Amino acid sequence: MQIDPTVLLTILGMALVTYGTRVGGLWLMDRVTLSKRMEAWLSYIPGTVLVAIIAPEIIKGGPIGALAALATALVAARSGNLLLAMIVGVGLVWSLRTLLGWV
Amino acid sequence: MRLTNKPMDNAPHNDEPLSFNLSGVWAGVKQSIPINIGVFTYGLVFGILARQAGLSLTESLLMSGLVFAGASQFTALGLWVAPLPVLTIILTTLLVNLRLLLMGAVLHPWFSRLNFFQRYVSLFFMTDESWALTMSQFAKGKRNAAFLLGSGLTVFVAWTSATGIGRTIGSVLQDPSRLGLDFAFTAVFIALLVGLWKGKADILPWIVAAIVALIAAQWLPGKWYILCGGLAGSLIGALRHAD
Repeated sequence: MQIDPTVLLTILGMALVTYGTRVGGLWLMDRVTLSKRMEAWLSYIPGTVLVAIIAPEIIKGGPIGALAALATALVAARSGNLLLAMIVGVGLVWSLRTLLGWV
Repeated sequence: MRLTNKPMDNAPHNDEPLSFNLSGVWAGVKQSIPINIGVFTYGLVFGILARQAGLSLTESLLMSGLVFAGASQFTALGLWVAPLPVLTIILTTLLVNLRLLLMGAVLHPWFSRLNFFQRYVSLFFMTDESWALTMSQFAKGKRNAAFLLGSGLTVFVAWTSATGIGRTIGSVLQDPSRLGLDFAFTAVFIALLVGLWKGKADILPWIVAAIVALIAAQWLPGKWYILCGGLAGSLIGALRHAD
């Protein structure tokens, strides 16, 4: 058993807000009706948050990172398999770094 | 996940019976086997990455068991640096999981007829996958609302057990960057993003999110660029729905 108090606090906070989003929609629908624009806003958030995470990482990764990112996206789109896409991306980074002498 | 008006069109009439019992739970269990193969591999990856981020086995299991929301857990690992940005992680988790609000809202025509415990216990187990399966059941005219609970319980078992196994197996990996594993986070996020693609309407919001994130990463400390990019892009998307 190894739990850091700050980590525990973070996890409990994450759990609380997540459960809030799970029950909040049903709870709200008993009381209000969402506008179309609010619905649209919510629907864009998962994608834009992920884009915001990825963009700086790709720039940081240089040409190898960019190439591996493209390959990962293609495999994910074709196969729909998260694990396979990750293996291809990581494998490409590993092999290119090895070939080009650890850039 | 695309939300349409379709499920609403199949909303039950007040005189139609709605059940919530063990046969509904069992139907949910049986029909969730295919999605759980995916959930399990995804959980393995999470466990491996949780180890790299520095989470103990107990902490990893606690997160998977209590938060139980894949995309936000991966996102949290991406933010997992010392000192831990507690507020940023919690706020980002909220943003990533806001879609669950919509999914819960869509369940309203059926779930509003359940009692307090049936509603709020079932909803703890609502994930993208189980929700989609449940909606397809309702659309087919099945009227057992315990389906979500059955499906969700199996996903919960697959997700938490895979987290534990991945976290344990991950200990085999010694130097992640030599094997290119520092790219694993980015690769997982890219694959998740591909799955979120809904069509041309995403292009502008995603470009705005990327540009704002890149600028914010230059000028702001820590990981605030994620919230900045995520909010800017999604607001642009919403503004275009001017009608």
